[in-house]
Amino acid sequence: MAQEITRAIIDGILLGGVYALMAVGLTLIFGVLDIINIAQGVLVILGAYLSYSLSTKAHIDLFVGLLITVPAMFIIGVVIHWAFIRRLRGTERTSMTLLVTYAVALIIEGILYKVYGANNVTLNAWYTTQSVHVFGFYLPWIYVFGFILAIVLVALIYALLYRTRFGRSVRATMQDETAARLVGIDVNRVAALTFGIGVAVTAAGGMVYGATNAFNPNSGYDLISRLLAIIILGGLGSVGGALAASVFMLTLESVVTIWYPTWAVAVFYAALVLVLLIRPSGFFGRKAVRAQ
Amino acid sequence: MSEQLNESSRLDQALKGGGLLALIVIAIAFPQVFTNPAVTNYGVFAMIYVAVVSAWNIFSGNSGYISLGQAVFYGSGAYAMGIAARDWHMTGTTVFALLPLCGAVGAAIAVPLGLVALRVRRHTFIVITIAFFFIFQLMAFNLQSFTGGSSGLASPFLTWPAATYNTPFYYIALAYAAGTIAIAWLIRRSRFGLQLRAIRDDEDRARGLGVKAMRVKLSAFVISGAITAMVGAVWFFYINQVEPQTGFDPLFDLTIVLMAFLGGYGSIGGAVLGALIIEPLTLWLNSQPQLGGGSLNEILLGAVFLIVVLFVPRGIIPTGSEWITKLRTRGRPAVIPATTMGTPAAAESGTATSVTSGGAR
Repeated sequence: MAQEITRAIIDGILLGGVYALMAVGLTLIFGVLDIINIAQGVLVILGAYLSYSLSTKAHIDLFVGLLITVPAMFIIGVVIHWAFIRRLRGTERTSMTLLVTYAVALIIEGILYKVYGANNVTLNAWYTTQSVHVFGFYLPWIYVFGFILAIVLVALIYALLYRTRFGRSVRATMQDETAARLVGIDVNRVAALTFGIGVAVTAAGGMVYGATNAFNPNSGYDLISRLLAIIILGGLGSVGGALAASVFMLTLESVVTIWYPTWAVAVFYAALVLVLLIRPSGFFGRKAVRAQ
Repeated sequence: MSEQLNESSRLDQALKGGGLLALIVIAIAFPQVFTNPAVTNYGVFAMIYVAVVSAWNIFSGNSGYISLGQAVFYGSGAYAMGIAARDWHMTGTTVFALLPLCGAVGAAIAVPLGLVALRVRRHTFIVITIAFFFIFQLMAFNLQSFTGGSSGLASPFLTWPAATYNTPFYYIALAYAAGTIAIAWLIRRSRFGLQLRAIRDDEDRARGLGVKAMRVKLSAFVISGAITAMVGAVWFFYINQVEPQTGFDPLFDLTIVLMAFLGGYGSIGGAVLGALIIEPLTLWLNSQPQLGGGSLNEILLGAVFLIVVLFVPRGIIPTGSEWITKLRTRGRPAVIPATTMGTPAAAESGTATSVTSGGAR
């Protein structure tokens, strides 16, 4: 029993890293643009399918393929921002962008159905089948590699945010858009690039997700609801909060799975509801800076 | 001047009354004129959606809190009817007597959901409604002995002849649609509706002026949920089955929001118009096998939605009425500037015109 729990905790931490990668993108987009990108879940699945095509058609290794899929997803993100999100203004903007990204998600999902069909697929490579022996149980290498990849990418995003000029303008925009505009920051450019980066990380997240889970075009809904629970728990707009919340939630879920496998996913939402009852702004959330 | 204005507003009212009467007559006569079941099927679904979009509009359109979780009520209403009919061994038309119970179930669900979800601000509210939606779908899948799991529930069988099977359902759905529109209209004209719209425009200020925001929002949410649950039950009885994916369908949530936005967000007529345009279109697209069915439908729905939000963001009714006003006044302002108004009567009718021309929201 103790061993099962240890295993569940290690599973949770490793997968939590991958979810953190996807959630950081979502929370960054929220922090800068003040919108919630409902399409994030489907974009993760799109990233997974891109990796799938590259590995089955062109026989490119999944990790090497990221060199193609990450820039591709970045461009898709910038295009979505340019075509749909940039145009929305006015008082109902936050609600409207939610609906717009929902519509984008539907369109992408429909296209994925058309191209790949409704069957479940998985990403395969030697590291998804061979296992490593730790603490007396076997774990596929992909969990370890995926975790390392997630740590590296999240560290890169941190460095970008806190060590570069661009990062400073992103943080300035997060704090106060008008003030940022006044000191000469091109807020539109920051918004477009942030949206691109937030979507680009889904390529990496999607690859690891696809290598550890079977997926189909419909999987995006399950993902987005988990990611939303994570970023609300972590506090909307907080990168550190998203990291902590995803590791916490995934560990909780995998521990609960030992006893109640079919109800484990409900833990996510139950935790979300509980947290909102106690603290409506989430755990790491900034005080009502962006009240509406 | 003042007589002219009074004359035109009286004519306006007569036209509106006549138009409404004609609509009611058309709606009632519809299944008598088109007796083909394939056509009346469109009518039943259109009326179901008119009712649920109007119900959505009562809460979301007035308060500005967009609910993307109306399927929680729709599915719960369907399941409530299915479970009650199964466990109490009810058959035939007596099942319709369960409708008030389904409404009560919807209201009973709306109270705790509202108490949790309405504590937060707007965008978090949308997310929470989505989260609740997934919890309910998961429950429908997992509580197998209660909900029938992934195979869902079947409704009691009705021994009505196939040729006229749809007609009673059409009238029930029509009654719900008309009732919901009437409730929406009454709420809009009431103090309660005014409080809701005050919350939409500036919640903190409304609260400061003494509006009991939580109580008002929750009441509207409960009304909306109860109606949606009853209509969900009618839908379930009509199509004879419900599964977790069809009762709690994410597309349903988006569709009703799309209908409301297409017609005109927050406008009573807009909700009706949006439902009458989108639902028959979706049904027709689904019935065209050469178009590939489901996935193309999704792409089209998403695309229409994007076009509406980006190009007609205020919806058909507000934009259309703006154009009509422009045409009728030939570019002159619809409200006569106060300085040219001689008598108080003129001032009164002037305001009346401005209210009707801009009254869509």
